[in-house]
Amino acid sequence: MANARGFVAVNEEECKGCDLCVTACPVDVLHLAQHFNTHGYNPSEYDGDGCTGCGVCFYACPEPGALTVFKNWEESRHKYLNPNGEGVTSLTLKDPIKGLAVIEATGEIIALSNFLNLKFAE
Amino acid sequence: MSTKILSKSEGFYDVYDRRPGTDKDTTHYCPGCGHGILHKLIAEALTDFGVKDNAIIISPVGCSVFAYYYFSAGNLQAAHGRAPAVATGVKRSLPESIVISYQGDGDLAAIGGNEILHAANRGEAISVFFVNNAIYGMTGGQMAPTTLIGQKTTTTPYGRTVANEGYPIKMSEIIASLTAPVYVERVMMADTKSISNTRRAVRKAIKNQVEKKGFSFVEVLSTCPTGWKMTAPQAEEWIKTTLAQHFPLGVLKDISGDVEPLNLDHHLLPTDRIGKAINLPEADADQPKFVIPDTVNEEIKISGFGGQGVLSLGVWLSEFGMREGLNVSWIPSYGPEMRGGTAHCHVKLANRPIGSPLVVHPTILVATNRPSLEKFEKEVIPGGKIFWDNSLMDITPSRTDIIRYPVPATEIANQLGNTKTANVVMLGVITGVSEFLDENIVRRTLPQIFKKKHLLDINMQAFNKGLEVAASLKRIA
Ligand SMILES: Cc1ncc(C[n+]2csc(CCOP(=O)(O)OP(=O)(O)O)c2C)c(N)n1
Ligand code: SF4
Ligand code: SF4
Ligand code: SF4
Repeated sequence: MANARGFVAVNEEECKGCDLCVTACPVDVLHLAQHFNTHGYNPSEYDGDGCTGCGVCFYACPEPGALTVFKNWEESRHKYLNPNGEGVTSLTLKDPIKGLAVIEATGEIIALSNFLNLKFAE
Repeated sequence: MSTKILSKSEGFYDVYDRRPGTDKDTTHYCPGCGHGILHKLIAEALTDFGVKDNAIIISPVGCSVFAYYYFSAGNLQAAHGRAPAVATGVKRSLPESIVISYQGDGDLAAIGGNEILHAANRGEAISVFFVNNAIYGMTGGQMAPTTLIGQKTTTTPYGRTVANEGYPIKMSEIIASLTAPVYVERVMMADTKSISNTRRAVRKAIKNQVEKKGFSFVEVLSTCPTGWKMTAPQAEEWIKTTLAQHFPLGVLKDISGDVEPLNLDHHLLPTDRIGKAINLPEADADQPKFVIPDTVNEEIKISGFGGQGVLSLGVWLSEFGMREGLNVSWIPSYGPEMRGGTAHCHVKLANRPIGSPLVVHPTILVATNRPSLEKFEKEVIPGGKIFWDNSLMDITPSRTDIIRYPVPATEIANQLGNTKTANVVMLGVITGVSEFLDENIVRRTLPQIFKKKHLLDINMQAFNKGLEVAASLKRIA
């Protein structure tokens, strides 16, 4: 999609499945998952493509830590710090829906992580 | 919104350690509850304006009673409806802090209706966020003063009627009719546009305070999906189609652009003028004869039957402490046993500022009846002092790690001809054996306590007897 420069990450365990982000998203790229989180809610899920990074879902959501919106994902993802605090050379999303990332430093895969646990250099 | 990543605000704790149980990551609010959205807007604004570490959020009674689990700021939780009164005290004593009164409609418009009106009328320089969800959420969906006509709640099962419950109260209109408030607006959180508008209003109300503009009030129409028995999207829809039709949105008053920044220091009455202002007799000019140690930190519990003067003894001790230039506090505890049973009071005397006035581990226990000694003996710190009236009880303290002062106070008082002077005998003993009380100050103050001459004479005798007992007890020790 032409405008898909954004990215939205759902912290499943902090989501209460209230549906507000789903109804709010102007380009309809969020949906509630079929599965349950450990609290028994169907968490919100990103379709994996099409997010414009508008931030609407972030402000619609009542849970402080459920959603993270990257307005410019291409730029942001290069600024991640690996757990040692070093910049990573590449970060590719293995599973964009769950936010699993493959983090590479100088060509070597050093971690597979939920990127919400990573630090970001701004 | 210049930031390139929208994520959990620094205005929230990373982990909600104060939340009991195993889940320390999510709020306690129901799915889709408006409180969470408003929390996010407030946390973001406090962070963006760089004032979160300087902010004190007063949470109410209602679903947001636990706001202090979440906000990484100063937090206080007030009694039901009293957040504006607490906010007044905080703002006046800390004029540079950013004080937020966060309240629901039951809290602000029902039980606290009086508090908010007067805080607004005084023009306290605080920011009030009023969450109007037209219901009592926390207690299970009862009618609120803002419940709409016809709206079904657990206490209006057939719908609210004008005849029975009156009209929904429009707090913003009432507040806006007052002279002092500088900014009053009603907003809603029901879709992207209205949430963004609420964000603007929240920031304005906080900005006003940063700029010392005066009282700001934002009423937020907010979802309660649980109380309304709706899904969260339905609840947002109901705000738009129904609630906002009865509570018109918009700015009701805004003079924030026209007013000069307030001089908030004028609220603080300089301590040297307090005595004059309330017509207190001039305090003694001369210095205490002995030097008050700069490490005074006494926590005193005085307990006995109602009528033995234990509460008065506490008041006097704090009075003397004040005259010595110490910080003092005194609170009584009557309990249900006001008549006949045990009454006690908590007294603190210290060089350092006193936080809570409650005495949990006394350095000194004065017990004038048996139940008091039995009840409080175990609380005394090791090395603490226990004074007990041994003419009234046949037991003695069982602890060996405390200093013991048996005082036949009632017997001496009876010999003097007035049982009621027993507490002054006790005062004499405490004065005689303690390092924080100056005998001369006590002597000079007693005439102001006992204004009638015959009472003064007998109490002076009682005091002297107490000093004698102290001297003999000291010899034994
Ligand atoms: C002195 C006192 N009276 C009554 C209550 C019971 N009570 C607890 S919360 C509440 C009302 C809450 O409603 P609201 O202020 O609208 O907040 P919400 O829960 O809807 O956010 C009441 C009456 C109480 N806790 N204390
Ligand atoms: S940021 Fe905008 S486009 Fe992306 S998921 Fe959220 S609402 Fe949809
Ligand atoms: S709005 Fe927040 S809590 Fe509700 S479903 Fe979306 S992410 Fe989950
Ligand atoms: S009862 Fe209503 S106000 Fe309270 S947390 Fe649930 S949805 Fe929110």
